[in-house]
Amino acid sequence: MVADLTTQEKLDMASKIDAHIAKNQHMPGALLPILHAIQDDIGWVPEACYLPISKALALSIAEVHGVVTFYHHFHTHPVGKHVLQICRAESCQAMGSEKLEANVKAALGIDYHETTQDGAVTLLPVYCLGNCACSPAVMLGDDVYGRMTADKVAEIVAEARAA
Amino acid sequence: MVKVYVPRDSTALSLGADRTAKAIQAEAGKRGMQIELIRNGSRGLFWLEPFVEVATSEGRVAFAPVQPKDVPSLFDADFLNAGAHPLNLGLTEEISWLKKQQRLTFARSGITNPVCLDDYVAHHGYKGLNNALKMTSAEIVKAVTDSGLRGRGGAAFPTGIKWNTVLGAKGEQKYIVCNADEGDSGTYSDRMIMEDDPFVLIEGMTIAGIAVGATQGYIYLRSEYPHALKTLNEAIAKAEQAGYLGQNICGSGHAFNLEVRRAAGAYICGEETSLLESLEGKRGQVRFKPPLPAIEGLFGKPTVVNNVISLATIPIILDEGAQYYADYGMGRSRGTLPIQLAGNIKQAGLVELAFGATLRELLYDFGGGSATGRPIRAVQVGGPLGAFLPESQFDTPLDYEEFSKIWAVLGHGGIVAFDDSVDMSKMARYAFEFCAIESCGKCTPCRIGSTRGAEVIDRIVANRGNAKEHGKQVQLVRDLSDTMINGSLCALGGMTPYPVLSAINHFGEDFGIESAKKAAT
Repeated sequence: MVADLTTQEKLDMASKIDAHIAKNQHMPGALLPILHAIQDDIGWVPEACYLPISKALALSIAEVHGVVTFYHHFHTHPVGKHVLQICRAESCQAMGSEKLEANVKAALGIDYHETTQDGAVTLLPVYCLGNCACSPAVMLGDDVYGRMTADKVAEIVAEARAA
Repeated sequence: MVKVYVPRDSTALSLGADRTAKAIQAEAGKRGMQIELIRNGSRGLFWLEPFVEVATSEGRVAFAPVQPKDVPSLFDADFLNAGAHPLNLGLTEEISWLKKQQRLTFARSGITNPVCLDDYVAHHGYKGLNNALKMTSAEIVKAVTDSGLRGRGGAAFPTGIKWNTVLGAKGEQKYIVCNADEGDSGTYSDRMIMEDDPFVLIEGMTIAGIAVGATQGYIYLRSEYPHALKTLNEAIAKAEQAGYLGQNICGSGHAFNLEVRRAAGAYICGEETSLLESLEGKRGQVRFKPPLPAIEGLFGKPTVVNNVISLATIPIILDEGAQYYADYGMGRSRGTLPIQLAGNIKQAGLVELAFGATLRELLYDFGGGSATGRPIRAVQVGGPLGAFLPESQFDTPLDYEEFSKIWAVLGHGGIVAFDDSVDMSKMARYAFEFCAIESCGKCTPCRIGSTRGAEVIDRIVANRGNAKEHGKQVQLVRDLSDTMINGSLCALGGMTPYPVLSAINHFGEDFGIESAKKAAT
């Protein structure tokens, strides 16, 4: 998808990256705050940011790459407009999350780490959302939903798509 | 104007609290009635969320669970004057599930507006700090030590001893780091503190800073908690404005600044040395100990690393006194434990009790049995690295040492219930699988043992009919577990065998072991 970007889009992305670096580089332990700022803005962490970050923080490109890829939260590829996370942890398993996962995957026609054809939804596994009193839980964007069924997930996804 | 409370806690939101709040506001408008809608924290009765309360002269009256469709009938029943309605639960304080609890750390949760500093102060807030400001560093540390408080993150190390080490360590710069990377399944008490009473954590960290001479604090917050992030940042800004944080706290001359740092979805960063690496901007790989973080922690400086609940318990200890806190509990487990009921349980929620209550009381008296109505077959206490307990162990009192005796852990106080449809061989496999996904990769037993372990579980299950091969594979998983327990650098590799072996030992039939051997580990 990166190759699909126009020259102008690449330049815009680079200037956004530079701005996030400039804003955060002087705080102690700046790398994670910079990566968060980039992903919050662009939606993912493009490899194009490795070089400017490594220069600003006096790190090697390998070190930046190592950090980005260590953490599950950072996306190294573009994601859909909405990120849907299904909790796979024990509490949700005790309330049937395995079946929920299978049904949601079938309904969306994608597996984990994939994005629907229309680019609307990326499906990710997550290990605990802290909503264990109301398992099974999912998270769509920043919103948590409890006591989920495949039908309810379909409903919130449809709402998000329509919005 | 009548005060109506609708929680803003994210579990309440996950069940539609925002829609309920909007519906109440709209219905009041339609009927030309004036109400003051307050978005409070949650009382922790999550099976009853959205849990609406109305302030009356008798006290707050609960209506729950309230969905938007219930709202017109509530107004018809004059719920603003505590009118009769099927959802009317009476006075909140009289609900036995709540009344039977001993809420110390969670004294304010659900009562106050979490981001209203005046509300916090009006409910005993900042009394602990005021006392601490009149004490010497050594006196504060002594109070924490005397209270018997042990790390609530899971390791149960005495908090006062940790603080004393940092107090005695030489260093121009020291840090207070709050471990808010609450990744254990079945736990949500940290999240509740941060969303429902964030000032108590801020106050606790400030006291810690004053006690050990640290001027900078960090809250390392998991990225899965966006609501907690917003609430904490709002509360920190208010505390700064009011002079409770900053260069001169309450005119005392003490400085303490606080910043929230977002984690990035790595379970291992709940391990304190990985957490410090991550805060420094590195891969969250476990450090060798020694040196202890108390001596060489964040950026090589003396650092207190405490869990959210440990820090949020400091204010009441400094407010009511060490003895007051220590009077609760049993044996060497002093004070209270915020227990989180989760999984397949009918009445899930937060139960804060003095140590000593049994699992059975929690599962049945509070939990009401399973949500599905089937028998509870197993419970996992203490997160993904905690042992699975069978019904024969449900009378074990919640106490660090009593749990240790049955080769189990209390951890962060999460209890996940499973009914009789659970396949324990799947749970054992999952424990290895989770370890493989989350291993930092630094030590071999964890990095490789976790993957090999999942394979061995598959072979155990596949060889049910083949006694010789089956026995060999069971022995292999025991040997592997032994290597992981004794050879791993941290608790991830070192404790993954807890769920695995407890599942095999107590639920051998799920692995094709006819008589479940209670093998010593």
